[in-house]
Formats: sequence, C-alpha cells, structure tokens
Amino acid sequence: MSVALEEEVRARTEALLEQWVGVELDAGPGDIACERGFIVNWVEATENANPIFWDDALADQITGGPIAPPSMLSVWMRPLLFEPDAGERIRPLELHFRMKDAFALPEGIVTANEIVFGEPVRPGDVISTKQRVAEIGEVRSNRLGTGRPWTVEVTYSNQRGEVVAVESYRMFCYVRGAS
Amino acid sequence: MNIDAVTTGDALPVLEVPISARTVVQGAASTRDWQPQHHDHAWATTRAGTKNIFLNTPNQAGWIERYLTDWTGPHGRLGRISFRMRRPVYPGDVLVFRGTVTDVSPDGFVDVDIELTVGEETATTCSARMALPRSDGDNPWQRRGDDWRP
Repeated sequence: MSVALEEEVRARTEALLEQWVGVELDAGPGDIACERGFIVNWVEATENANPIFWDDALADQITGGPIAPPSMLSVWMRPLLFEPDAGERIRPLELHFRMKDAFALPEGIVTANEIVFGEPVRPGDVISTKQRVAEIGEVRSNRLGTGRPWTVEVTYSNQRGEVVAVESYRMFCYVRGAS
Repeated sequence: MNIDAVTTGDALPVLEVPISARTVVQGAASTRDWQPQHHDHAWATTRAGTKNIFLNTPNQAGWIERYLTDWTGPHGRLGRISFRMRRPVYPGDVLVFRGTVTDVSPDGFVDVDIELTVGEETATTCSARMALPRSDGDNPWQRRGDDWRP
C-alpha cells in the first residue's frame, strides 16, 4: 500500500466531502417505457422460468396482469445511447460520475447494492428517478487502487407517483497502482 | 408455497450456473448496461485491472431473484435484496448458489441468506426478504400500504 498516495488522495478530496454529501439530482423520466421485449430478454438471460413472466393468464390471476421482474429496475433508468437530436444527456447514476470527476478518481466499481421494492413495474410504465449522495467514506487502499467508497441512493417512481423501489449503490472509486 | 411450510434453518436447493462470455454479455445487454468492463476484454484487463469481463451488478440481482423464485414459486414476491460482491464472476467460472432461511415472520415475510461461490471462494453474499402467502388464498402481490413494508 502506498501511504503517500493515500495521503495525497485524502488531501485533495477532504474538502469536497461536505460539498457533496446530501446532493440530489432529479434525473426525470427514463427514455424508455417498460415493455415486453426487455422483459423477455431479461428472463432469457437469467434462465428464469417463473410462469408469471411467460403465461399471461397466470399473470392476470397472480399479479393483476403482466409485470417486469422486480430486479429489472435499473433497466428503466438507463438512457438511450443514441437518439436523433438528443441534447446533453444525464447518464445512469449521473451523480456518481460527477463525483468521480470532481474527486479525480477515474476508476469505479460497485461493491454492494440494496433494493427495497414497492409497486410492481408493468408494461407501459415510465419510471422516473431521483438520485442522492447518501454517504462518502474514508480513503482506503485495496488490490485495485486507492480511493474512497461512497453510496448513491436512487428512488424510482412510476407515472402515478407511486414509489416502485429505493436502491442504494455502494461504490469504490479509485486511482490504480496503490498496492 | 405458503409461509407455514418454511422453517428457520431450511436450506434452499443448490443452483449451479456455468458462466460463459455469452452469459456475461447477454446479462449486460439485457440490463442495458454498456459499461465496457462487461463486454470489452481489452478494456477490462488493461483499464479496469480485472482478469476478464465480469458479471454486472443488475444481472447478479436478476440471477438472485430467479434463484429465490425457483424456490418460492410464482406467489413469492421479492421485497428487499441486499448484496455485496467480493470477487468478480468471470467467464469459465461455475457460480454456485446456496441459501438458508434465517427468519420466518408472522407478517408474511421470510429472510434468506444467500452465498454465491466460485470454487472455494465467496463471490457474492446476499440477504433477501421474500413475501409468501400467509394462508391458502392469500396473495403477497396484492399487499399495499401498511401491509407491504419489506
């Protein structure tokens, strides 16, 4: 571990903590609505045989009609990579990327994830997100590099204003070459 | 499966999933996650410092949900999931899922601890809360408001 690198990262990021903790971003509605094609791709990729995703009659009985797998949540917030005449775009987890730039920690990985689910997401739903910086941790080093962990919370709501989930992403953002 | 069929300490059936490059890329594509470490081997190894492309976070959530509902059946409703990734999951790995019931609540939820391993290594640890029918005719998907606090 490079103590000097840890001290350097701490020195140049310490003043940013107060500035960033609690910052919020309303990312607005996603570019895509929930639809069946994405659901089929998801259950195919995870070899998920749950019949509520394959049998509409059963979905009518159990879930009041087709729904998306709850774990698909982040799909509905990711922007299209191309769109004619698109202006400046908000990236998925935009706050996280803005923090990486501000802290000059160019690499980042997700180390932990928590999701509390609310109303099911159904085909046709458009999901809006709000992001918030919940916490920024102390400087540390591991086999990837030296940096800081932080947590970004995302609240997902449907077009009726119902919360469909609250998700926390725990990140570690770092510069390489410390260990 | 109703909640009265579940007891603390019950073990879920073991699931083994061989991971290929296709698994990783298909998982990333299905989550619309085009971060390069999930499809670009050169970027993953030279830039991210990992030994290969690896499973992305939402796809792991999808596999865990599938593991849980394989056990509960379609009336099982995922209420909460929390997981920590300790080691990337690479093509060539065989990912093994094991789960144990840690709590059964009279309000209709069961807590399950899940471990995803590759060989002798723990790749991911997870805690999940699933809603199950409290009796014949009860449907967790109809719970709302104060009846749905996972």
